[in-house]
Amino acid sequence: MADATNLLVIDRLTKRFDSGAGLFAPRRSMTAVRDVSLAVSRGSVVGVVGESGCGKSTLARLVLRLLEPTQGTVHFDGIDLGKLAPRDLRKARRRMQMVFQDPYSSLDPRFTIEQVVGEPFTVQGEVLAPGRIAELLDQVGLAGEIARSYPHQLSGGQRQRVGVARALALRPDLLVLDEPTASLDVSIQAQIIKLLQDLKRDLGLTYLFISHDLGLVRYFCDRIIVMYLGAVVEELPSPSTEPRHPYTRALLDSTFSPDPGKRRHLASLTGEIPSAFNLPKGCAFAARCSRASSRCLSERPSLTMHASGHRAACFHPIADDEKEPS
Amino acid sequence: MTAAASSARPALRDHLVARAFRTKTGAIAGGWLVLLALAAIFAHVLTPYEYDVQQLSAAYSPPSLSHWLGTDEFGRDLLTRILYGARISLSVSVISIGLSVLAGMVLGAAAGYFGGRLDRMITTVIDLSWSFPEILVALILVAIIGPGVTGTMVAITVAYLAQFARLTRAQVMAIKSETFIEAASGLGASHRHILFRHLLPNAITPVLVSGMLATGDAIILEATLGFFGLGAQPPTPSWGAMMSSGTALLFKAPWIIIFPGLAAAITVVSINLFGDALIAGLDVRSRPRTE
Amino acid sequence: MGLLEVDRLSVGIGRLTLLEEIAFEVDRGEILGLVGESGSGKSLTALAIAGLLPLIGARVTAGAIRFDNTDLTRLDESRLRKFRGRRIAFITQNPMTALDPLQPIGEQVDVVARLHLGLTADVARSRTIEILTQLRIPEAATIYRQYPHQLSGGMKQRVVIAMALAGEPDLIVADEPTTALDVTVQAQIIHLLTSLVRERGLALVLITHDMGVVAQCCDRVAVLYAGRLAEQQGVNALFATPAHPYTHALIDCIPKDGMARDSLTGIAGSVPSVAHFPPGCRFHPRCIGRQSVCETNVPGATALPGGVVSCHFPLNGDQRHG
Repeated sequence: MADATNLLVIDRLTKRFDSGAGLFAPRRSMTAVRDVSLAVSRGSVVGVVGESGCGKSTLARLVLRLLEPTQGTVHFDGIDLGKLAPRDLRKARRRMQMVFQDPYSSLDPRFTIEQVVGEPFTVQGEVLAPGRIAELLDQVGLAGEIARSYPHQLSGGQRQRVGVARALALRPDLLVLDEPTASLDVSIQAQIIKLLQDLKRDLGLTYLFISHDLGLVRYFCDRIIVMYLGAVVEELPSPSTEPRHPYTRALLDSTFSPDPGKRRHLASLTGEIPSAFNLPKGCAFAARCSRASSRCLSERPSLTMHASGHRAACFHPIADDEKEPS
Repeated sequence: MTAAASSARPALRDHLVARAFRTKTGAIAGGWLVLLALAAIFAHVLTPYEYDVQQLSAAYSPPSLSHWLGTDEFGRDLLTRILYGARISLSVSVISIGLSVLAGMVLGAAAGYFGGRLDRMITTVIDLSWSFPEILVALILVAIIGPGVTGTMVAITVAYLAQFARLTRAQVMAIKSETFIEAASGLGASHRHILFRHLLPNAITPVLVSGMLATGDAIILEATLGFFGLGAQPPTPSWGAMMSSGTALLFKAPWIIIFPGLAAAITVVSINLFGDALIAGLDVRSRPRTE
Repeated sequence: MGLLEVDRLSVGIGRLTLLEEIAFEVDRGEILGLVGESGSGKSLTALAIAGLLPLIGARVTAGAIRFDNTDLTRLDESRLRKFRGRRIAFITQNPMTALDPLQPIGEQVDVVARLHLGLTADVARSRTIEILTQLRIPEAATIYRQYPHQLSGGMKQRVVIAMALAGEPDLIVADEPTTALDVTVQAQIIHLLTSLVRERGLALVLITHDMGVVAQCCDRVAVLYAGRLAEQQGVNALFATPAHPYTHALIDCIPKDGMARDSLTGIAGSVPSVAHFPPGCRFHPRCIGRQSVCETNVPGATALPGGVVSCHFPLNGDQRHG
């Protein structure tokens, strides 16, 4: 029973990591992803944005089943990935691929580019049509001669293009992009984003785009999920939607605009992200929030709908008529 | 794909050994090892003497034109016996270190990759044997199996196993956390594919180099066992046993102990120097960027 | 005349020239942004100012670095040490490696003041706590006794800044001070640095690859490309009318609010490595406006109303967004 609109449906996904109890250390557990639900419709780009420790990379790995969730389900094209036998999961992986953050460590240094891009075929036991490698390299804007090079002989941008070519090899429907440009120069970042946009249009792909850069996410994505310490705090139906949650607002204010005419003179947020061990009882953001009340410290807010597709988890959301702090 | 793989691999390996040979010490050390190996293999053609035919009339001859390195207490040509002894020393140490590397890699890779209870079991056994000196482990094993070539080989194999298992385990654990391993599993790769295509090829080079260096130690260990009469049994020559018989004649015929000792020393030093040259050329990534 | 004047500075390593005729100046109460992609020579410029080029086997081959009318390139190591850490302080990119993991952080700050200002242990200690408080570190007296691993990334970077301030410097050179930090923390640190410059009259050379950071806090900007100065201008003019095509392209690489979906294209190709610098203008292989002269002739410096540009065909206001 395939879903006609949504390619990917994540329902109440939770991942807890237990640090093993040592001889002297007590067992501790950390909830990296807590109760996350989201849907990605076919042909769209959904952005997941947040700072370190917000669980966005863990979420990406849960979606692709590189990690087993503690609770919750992931449906891909109507199929519950958690119920698949290993053999069927391997088949399903053809249709969902990942592009990794670090183009340096995501390619085996002993493989030639030809071998890297050909690996999906070997792994899936598929015959590699002659010329397919050249075709894939061409698709990501690389010259065919590069096939015989080793990763260390390429620049960061070229390597990331190789990473994209590998992900495209088996003609997937969904790409999970885990900060694909975070370790690249801005001029190269823009190249890769342009490439991803072109590929999406030409191949009809669907993207789940993970990033810490709200400015980039607002440029690239159709819908935006904002995460803080493992939980979704806000879901924006469009990149231009004004945020309701104070954390999203703060994230937006911390994104420096390349316009000296629009300087912000106050840091909008004090303090730092608390440890994911020992989460507070109430709202995880309360300690840094200027709007926090006593209720925020004792009770955890749940996501509530503000407008169509716009949800926020906050007891004191920013109202429409409130002016943004300058 | 496979064509590309086979054309890329040997090119890399040639590179490493060739580069070791291109350094000065590497060339001298490697040259000695190659020469010794060839001489050992062709010993029966190279010398007019037999290693086990006694000629008591010629006993204790000092080095001369007819016996370049002199003769021993039974009048056997020392050069001949050293060359035949090299057969035992080299083959025993190379084969047993080879077996040791192989077994160590299997254990280390299994422990490092799968982790959990298997890892704890293997690590405990390895750490236990690591805490005894190699010679002690070897002596105990020879005592159990009995002296001779087989006993020596088993003893050396087991004595060095812990070293290679630990090194492989550490390598595999480090490489396991690299993103390209995650990328491979994201493609749907099996454990076998990840182990044999990614982890072992990336882990193997340092293990092989340390195996190379351990071969030098193994020659000494073999000689030591031979010295105690626990190695190859007479009349089969072994450097250790030859030195052992030379101790009693140190002042009467010093060449009997000096030349086998020199052969062993030069060989061990050569192995170490060549190993160092290999390490220096180890990093594949030092090749230039092509842009 | 600025407090720091980098005058046609060239730096080489062996026969390779890494930096060529870099020139900029910065005065008290002013922030100069030194911008460029990786491989542009930003960090090398910082090393040159610090007199630490020998660490990487490089040396100054021409030009001068004048600090308060003293040419630092002519000083020997012992006289240079009187400047480095005392009157010129450095903040590095990674606060995690800038601190000694085995020493309480307070003592690491103390040592700077004791070494350079000759303070006693007690005086240095109370001054350290004072500086930590000024940097908005809560419970400074407690933090004083803690070890680096007990602090968050942002806190560690504040401690590194405290170490820089402890010698009461006149100039701070900060090399990508916020790159390793989360965005909300980056904003805090940038605001902190800005207010230090404004309130204490410090001079700051801020090395960054982030045009957003530059726009938010710098007064003047020097843009480097492949070891040469591409352009230098006041921050408003630079963003309003960039004269060098590289500056223009670099600004256009950052997504802005309300930007159309396909407008971000990046700059084709990548920064060449030292061994592969092209002849003529080094940017020409990536430049959309290149002519044949760009491929052969090195562009000289052309004066702008408030700066300088090195381009055969500098953009004027009308060509922008063309």
